[in-house]
Amino acid sequence: MNATARRVAVLGGTRIPFARQNGPYAKASNQDMLTATLDSLVTRFGLEGEVLGEVAAGAVLKHSRDFNLTRESVLGSLLAPETPAYDVQQACGTGLEATILVANKIALGQIDCGIAGGVDTTSDAPIAVNEDLREVLLALNRATSTTDRLKTLARLRPQQIVPEIPRNSEPRTGLSMGEHTAIMARDWGIGREEQDELAVASHHHLAAAYDTGWMDDLVTPFLGLERDQNLRPDSSVEKLAKLKPVFGGPEGTMTAGNSTPLSDGASMVLLASEEWAKAHDIPVQAYFTDAQTAGVDYVHKREGLLMAPAYAVPILLARNQATLQDFDFYEIHEAFAAQVLCTLKAWEDPVFCSERLDLDTPLGALDRDRLNVHGGSLGAGHPFGATGGRIVASLAKALSETDPARPARGLISICAAGGLGVTAIMEAAA
Amino acid sequence: MPDLYQQLVNTPIGKIVSKQVGLPQPPQLQRWNPGPPTPPVIDGPVLLGAAAGDGSRLAKPLTKILAAANADVSTPMDEDLRAAAAQAKLDAGIFNPDAATDDQRFKALVFDATGIGSSEELERAWAFFHPSIRRVLPSGRVIVLGTPPEDCAGPPAAIAQRALEGLVRAIGKEVKKGATSQLLYVRPKAENQLDSTLRFFLSPKSAFVSGQVVRIGPGAAPAGKVDWDSPLNGKVALVTGAARGIGAAIAEVLARDGAHVVGLDVAPMTDELAAVMARIGGSFLAADITDDDAPAVITGHLLDEHGGVDVVVHNAGITRDKTLGRMSQDQWSTVIAINLTAPQRIDRELFKRDVVRRNGRIVSVSSISGIAGNAGQTNYSTSKAGVIGFVQAWAPELAKRGVTINAVAPGFIETKMTAAMPIAIREAGRRMNSVSQGGLPIDVAETIAWLANPGSAGVTGNIVRVCGQSLIGA
Repeated sequence: MNATARRVAVLGGTRIPFARQNGPYAKASNQDMLTATLDSLVTRFGLEGEVLGEVAAGAVLKHSRDFNLTRESVLGSLLAPETPAYDVQQACGTGLEATILVANKIALGQIDCGIAGGVDTTSDAPIAVNEDLREVLLALNRATSTTDRLKTLARLRPQQIVPEIPRNSEPRTGLSMGEHTAIMARDWGIGREEQDELAVASHHHLAAAYDTGWMDDLVTPFLGLERDQNLRPDSSVEKLAKLKPVFGGPEGTMTAGNSTPLSDGASMVLLASEEWAKAHDIPVQAYFTDAQTAGVDYVHKREGLLMAPAYAVPILLARNQATLQDFDFYEIHEAFAAQVLCTLKAWEDPVFCSERLDLDTPLGALDRDRLNVHGGSLGAGHPFGATGGRIVASLAKALSETDPARPARGLISICAAGGLGVTAIMEAAA
Repeated sequence: MPDLYQQLVNTPIGKIVSKQVGLPQPPQLQRWNPGPPTPPVIDGPVLLGAAAGDGSRLAKPLTKILAAANADVSTPMDEDLRAAAAQAKLDAGIFNPDAATDDQRFKALVFDATGIGSSEELERAWAFFHPSIRRVLPSGRVIVLGTPPEDCAGPPAAIAQRALEGLVRAIGKEVKKGATSQLLYVRPKAENQLDSTLRFFLSPKSAFVSGQVVRIGPGAAPAGKVDWDSPLNGKVALVTGAARGIGAAIAEVLARDGAHVVGLDVAPMTDELAAVMARIGGSFLAADITDDDAPAVITGHLLDEHGGVDVVVHNAGITRDKTLGRMSQDQWSTVIAINLTAPQRIDRELFKRDVVRRNGRIVSVSSISGIAGNAGQTNYSTSKAGVIGFVQAWAPELAKRGVTINAVAPGFIETKMTAAMPIAIREAGRRMNSVSQGGLPIDVAETIAWLANPGSAGVTGNIVRVCGQSLIGA
């Protein structure tokens, strides 16, 4: 057993452009997208035929047949079939959690390199048989005599043909994530205009990243798509102001413009020990420093469903002796513009910081010019499992471009269904 | 118990008819229910705001009290207020009028106006109430806190603070569904005396009190720790005229709050008096307070049986109505003797023999009639105005002894006395106030219990009307 932790290097990442639901990837499966992304990463780093420590990835919406999705993707990829793999699933935190798992194994010396990522399709979604029908079919399977079988078959009814379609709602509250966020927006007094402004910034930042060629090595075209389909370079507050609210009732502030759309896509990042990177002559973009997850009780304690990152980050800061202002880049997943704004407001609020976080002084405001500088989920779209990999890859590249004389740091914050939050710190390779 | 008219207009058909015809629509007032379980001070969300300004000084005590009362509080995104809330460990939500939804309603709006220093700055009150006033729930509470004009640094501040009275009274007439509106003037260095008064005006105990201005001073003694479930525990309270009506209600409420009540009434009422005192575990004394030896008898009884007294409620009173030209000398002098002279004689004896203990309370029952004057009640109005004078004259003197003295002035209260009035006069009296109904004896009793509370050391020399903001004498 290795008693000392090693530094974990992020060598680079890639993704396919994100498509909107029922867009160009309508007929692509999770496995298709994950394999294509994996191959693109493998080719870029010349890892064809190599045995890696492991590949960890996952999807939120998964067919039951995809119980071994990542392993099947590895078997269909250019990597050596001897590379082990496993699936991870933590709602929208999936991609970042997969990164944490691979990074931790590298840190402990259990593996030397690995690939982490995620994928999701909302187009090729799993549809299950009706729950009544499922019971009948299972009973039929258990039946031993012909009489029993006939009796069971007699329970079949026409309405049982209606299938179960996956829903974007919290099982314990029955509210959709948007409805939950509308409650948060109301509780934190988040206005329409600030949400629209955040959405416009996300589109503009991402469009600029594409236009300047910054995205070239972060995105691999797939099925004819070269840029994220959701991206609106000409987005403006005036245009967004025309949209009708979709959550929070007629007086709500959340629209299709300041909420992420259902989307399809995949992303992956390559992590390794410094020795492995050196041996393979691959430059280190950044280090994966630390991570923290948290959960909130949105069912009984009335905390906001997507407020968990607000709890995880202070723990992470304390462990790394950092303040919220110590970062050069903030990557806050824009599930909804309101989620980001609630989080920022909470960190500035004396009451939240004292009562909920047990801090003597508020974490304070962060420099908004450092927030999602190369675009966020509102511009790119948000295939649930793929967002973590997108962010880690983008932040690693941004950190690699900073002045090596002054090591830059980046903070990642991702909210997830079920009241979960996954956060991490990365720093530039000095 | 709603009166007959109230019952009728609250039926589905009655509601439609009364609305069409333009009749008053008395709401059902929420009143305090002792439980069990013990109810919260206020059973709905509180919006706490403040007029930012140099003089603003109540954020700390307000957040502290609301936190101790376990209130569900929201504040606007005001830095000082949020910092005060954090310090008070008050887990306050945020209310942003620009992003608020229709379902954000409040049981109380509490506004610290001490930061308002000029008439221009009164606009800060508008800014707070404009987006929130229509969000007040039934039997809601509007409480504005200011600095007494006489304590302000200069004329501009004094003028602006005086102006708040008009705002609060107008709000009282605008808010519907049994909501009330008050102005609490908090003197400098009296910030720690706010607790019992804020709790009273937030709670359903103040159901029939509206449009009132209360001054809170530094008090003779710091408001010590109060057991809010039983604030009068271990105290002895004397209540005159306790056999029935308002007096019986006062005795019951003081006993509920933990006091041992000594009920006093005239000999012919002894059976009723004994029954009331038996019910509440008190004791009784049959005496005519106008008798020459009454003050000595009462004082002796309190000393012998209880070693002193903590709360004295001068409730006994009578009416002998006649227009002045037809009023006999006896009708005049009896009313003055019972309503005004007797309380003075009793108090003089109590203080002479040092029977009233430290942090003691004197509460007298005045009347709207003493403020506005009533035709046919020259004797009664004179006596009840005299009670106000009695309070004002003694307040500074008693403060030196650590004793407070205040009066309540009931408006139309549903009692056997008012039930006997001619219907036209009765209906006019009942409806001509902001809640379109008469009050109940319990409303007067709850107000007296607040003044008697050991936490109310800063409240002295006040006349508080219990009248549903009656138009009479306003």
